[in-house]
Amino acid sequence: MKILTLIRQVPDAEARVRLSGNTIDLDGTTVVMDGMDEYGVEEALRLRESGAGVDEIIALAVGPKRNEDALRTALAMGADRAVHVETDERLDAVSLSKVVAELAKTENAELILVGGQEADWDSQALGAATAERLGWPQLTWTNELKLEGDKLTGRHDVDEGNESFEATLPAVVTTQQGLNEPRYPTLPNIMKAKKKELRKDDLASYDAASKVKFIGAEIQTRARMNKIIDGKDPQAAAAQLIDLLRNEAKVIK
Amino acid sequence: MILIVAEHADGKLAKATLEMVTAARGTGREGPITILVLGQNVAGVASEAAAVADQVLVADSASLAQYSAETWAAAVAQIAQEGEAHTVITPGSRSGREYAPRVAVKLDAPYLEDVISLSSSGAGLQAQRYTYLARVTETVEAQGAVTVISAKPGSFAPAAPAAAAGEQYDVDLDLPQSRVTITGKSMEKSSRVALSEADVIVTGGRGVGNAENFSKFVEPLADNLGAGVGATRAVVDAGWRPYAEQVGQTGKTVQPKAYIALGVSGAVQHLSGMGKSKFIVAINKDAEAPIFKVADYGIVGDVNEIVPALIEASKR
Repeated sequence: MKILTLIRQVPDAEARVRLSGNTIDLDGTTVVMDGMDEYGVEEALRLRESGAGVDEIIALAVGPKRNEDALRTALAMGADRAVHVETDERLDAVSLSKVVAELAKTENAELILVGGQEADWDSQALGAATAERLGWPQLTWTNELKLEGDKLTGRHDVDEGNESFEATLPAVVTTQQGLNEPRYPTLPNIMKAKKKELRKDDLASYDAASKVKFIGAEIQTRARMNKIIDGKDPQAAAAQLIDLLRNEAKVIK
Repeated sequence: MILIVAEHADGKLAKATLEMVTAARGTGREGPITILVLGQNVAGVASEAAAVADQVLVADSASLAQYSAETWAAAVAQIAQEGEAHTVITPGSRSGREYAPRVAVKLDAPYLEDVISLSSSGAGLQAQRYTYLARVTETVEAQGAVTVISAKPGSFAPAAPAAAAGEQYDVDLDLPQSRVTITGKSMEKSSRVALSEADVIVTGGRGVGNAENFSKFVEPLADNLGAGVGATRAVVDAGWRPYAEQVGQTGKTVQPKAYIALGVSGAVQHLSGMGKSKFIVAINKDAEAPIFKVADYGIVGDVNEIVPALIEASKR
């Protein structure tokens, strides 16, 4: 059984996001493998280590050249090989799912792991759209996963709480915090990763044009009042705050 | 027609459904506003929906008792095709954002996800949505005859009832069996107002100290203010509060009138879940905490001293 794990490269959470014209400019910004995708890579490794019949773990990224770094990180964590569909074109999640589904078919993957909501496009659509294109079921926001034979069991979050589930492969699983603690690549593994296969692929062969046109972006920082009260006298500070909330903001009664 | 998929729970229509009606009216697109109600024993929900829509389609069946992305996507796509919907709007809840992409693939339509505004453009629909952990507002445009949309909760005003109640029609659907079996459920029901519907939210972070302090400080303050209780990821990870209360990238996104953050430092992942609140109040003993940068009102002080005083002051 092969696992395909999807990787996006996003700005580090603490990095400043800058605009150039009306588009996001990531030049000079620290970029990392998306945290939620990292849980996916780690989970693939853990499924293999748990004795599930995992023959191969393939890391896939679709995006600009710098994505190679994120793929090398996945390889250093323990993925077996990587595929990089290199493109500077901006695809929406539903259009991108076409590439992922095609690759899953040609690679004969039976399980796809992808982050639940990545930190660049704030979208939850990639896993679901990929599952639909393949005609597979999906488990989103998963925080516990087991694989025995072709049977998946686990737990995932839903609107108001969580559910335990059972499903049979093939399936798409979206990953998140709580699923595991991703490992750090060790130096020997980073060295080994340099020799692992990182195959380049061409977006043109996938017929995946974006259906959503990007018009512009703005960094909107809403002006906040920043009225800061000294809390040395708790009673006075509390009374002042309640007064502001009642009479100035008018948000409480 | 514009097809809206109703969100409902416990036999009641959720506010999100009324918000979607406003979103639909704002598109300026022609055709009746149609609400699709999926579930079992949903007659009450359907008549609530009829008050705001031109028509309501009701699929009431045992096979819809349990939500499933595959089943919901098939139902919505089937109705959209038969009714020749040009616009399909789903809630921006976890479930809505789970089946909407499948609908988009089935209809070969563009998908505008978690939108905060909608307007018609020459060729299609334009929408705004947040990206980069809600630090950026993007404008995107969907081109094509059919568009699938999910509407971010709290972004559109709830619609007022229409002049006349819409007609209700029962529909029969040919639904696939979900290939996911749900073997257990743990619904974290709170007696307090749900975070998605709350006007005021009181959230505790690490600075609250421990789980007991939540019952001692955070909950009484929330009760005095008629507020919902929220928690940060660190607090949920520590097991002090249930996941259902978590606000942030991996939890809920909220947009109340007032967000009161107690002992919350303000990591970017947390801000992405609450940064759009109308008023933000921060109480933290660390004057350098990033939360103060986004606060309208703040008190630099110890939560354990300030909150009891707030509980007293809010009684009057």
